[in-house]
Amino acid sequence: MKLLGVLLLAAGWAIAVAAVVLLKTAPERGAFVVAGIGVEVLGLVLVVRAHQPAKGEGE
Amino acid sequence: MTPASVLCLFFVFLVPLAAAGLSLINTGLGRSRSAAHAMLASLCVMAVAAIAYSFCGFAWQGFAGGAAHSLHVAGKEWNWIAAEPLFLRGRLLDGSPASLAVLLQMLSAGLAALIPLGSGADRWRLGASCASAALLAGWTYPLFAHWVWGGGWLAQLGANYGLGHGFLDAGGASCIQAVGGLTALSVTLILGPRRGKYPTYGTPAAIPGYDAVAVLLGCFLTLLGWLGLNAAGAILFTGAEPGRAVLVAANTTLSAAAGVLATVAITGVRFGRPDASLCANGWVGGLVASSAVCAFVTPAAAVAIGLVAGVLVTFTVAYIEWPLSIDDPGGAISVHAASGLWGVLALGIFARFPDHVSGQWLAQVVGVATLIGFVLPLTYSLNWLLNRLYSQRVAPEGERQGMDLYELGAGAYPEFVTHNEEFTQQ
Repeated sequence: MKLLGVLLLAAGWAIAVAAVVLLKTAPERGAFVVAGIGVEVLGLVLVVRAHQPAKGEGE
Repeated sequence: MTPASVLCLFFVFLVPLAAAGLSLINTGLGRSRSAAHAMLASLCVMAVAAIAYSFCGFAWQGFAGGAAHSLHVAGKEWNWIAAEPLFLRGRLLDGSPASLAVLLQMLSAGLAALIPLGSGADRWRLGASCASAALLAGWTYPLFAHWVWGGGWLAQLGANYGLGHGFLDAGGASCIQAVGGLTALSVTLILGPRRGKYPTYGTPAAIPGYDAVAVLLGCFLTLLGWLGLNAAGAILFTGAEPGRAVLVAANTTLSAAAGVLATVAITGVRFGRPDASLCANGWVGGLVASSAVCAFVTPAAAVAIGLVAGVLVTFTVAYIEWPLSIDDPGGAISVHAASGLWGVLALGIFARFPDHVSGQWLAQVVGVATLIGFVLPLTYSLNWLLNRLYSQRVAPEGERQGMDLYELGAGAYPEFVTHNEEFTQQ
């Protein structure tokens, strides 16, 4: 899950950068860049959840 | 040296006060049995960062207009890394803007490397924190700072793709604060929580900081440091006139003021009385958010940005602790990453330019996407690899004893005096 999360983080960034390079109008670019950040947030959630300690761990 | 260079040098000399302030805050929010360790780690991390940045950091960061490597994508130049010689060879340190930038960056890299210490408090080994600082100051920080301040592709988004003036950040809300804050997140995830923080039943245990006075004194020092950092950054990296330093200083102060007052009000309502450590975090959160916008917004906008930063810090500190179960004793993730990202976005919302260019908000959002989607995986991977080679977390015995005794052999506050006579008479 950690690896998937990290890959999603990078994929979101790739979407945002590709939108700037490939698209021409501001609304299109904006929509895809925000979508890229959405993918990044998903990746961040996965990375964080993969690291959540079990209840009572380390007591 | 010109009068403007002398003024800029004076601003750079204030920056170590920000480091002193952050060190006091990080130490005060930890436990007393790790206090000497926390301060020594701050000193060592600054030292390692200065040397790592001088050795290879500036070579990869460079200065706008200097030698750099570029890729050509769809007919546009993508300047991605500088190509300066290692160890500042051939660079005249003579008061020129590039030499002042070297000095400022040497200190800024240390400031960024100090940020994760707050998150790793009470369990991060001294050697591991120094190694992590070397990676941050020698690679992660210079790479992103080149993109923003060294004429890199983020700075060129305006010229290449018509996105406003390209990604802008006067005082380092992204390059210093968000990079440091995201590294703090990585380190915290890799280290795991302190022992006893998350019990089997009930809510997380509160492990309060041991010295609220040190924390609040640190807040005063950070203001001085931030005034220098933001003013020097605005002059060196955004081409602001030296006279604009007055606006920068006013905005920095107002943003911090609004941040702390927002936190005082919220914690007063939520808990019945203000919480000193959260209020300190609100103050620094306001400073962090001001770093991006200080040269581009009106004082009224700076107040609004600081207010939002204070609210953001208060709620993210609580959310990160529970339910996300991320143990961040210094609140560095909320204060530096969340507020830094907010400051970057706020520039796109509040900044007004004389030439009325459009698309600035999109350049700022692309910068945020780069921080979360590139810098975070990079710094996480580097610290994960480091952890595989050299365990970053102290042994359980070290957590029980405290970092002072375990790693330094002596506490910060010994409550006894050893007299030579006691030994000689026996």
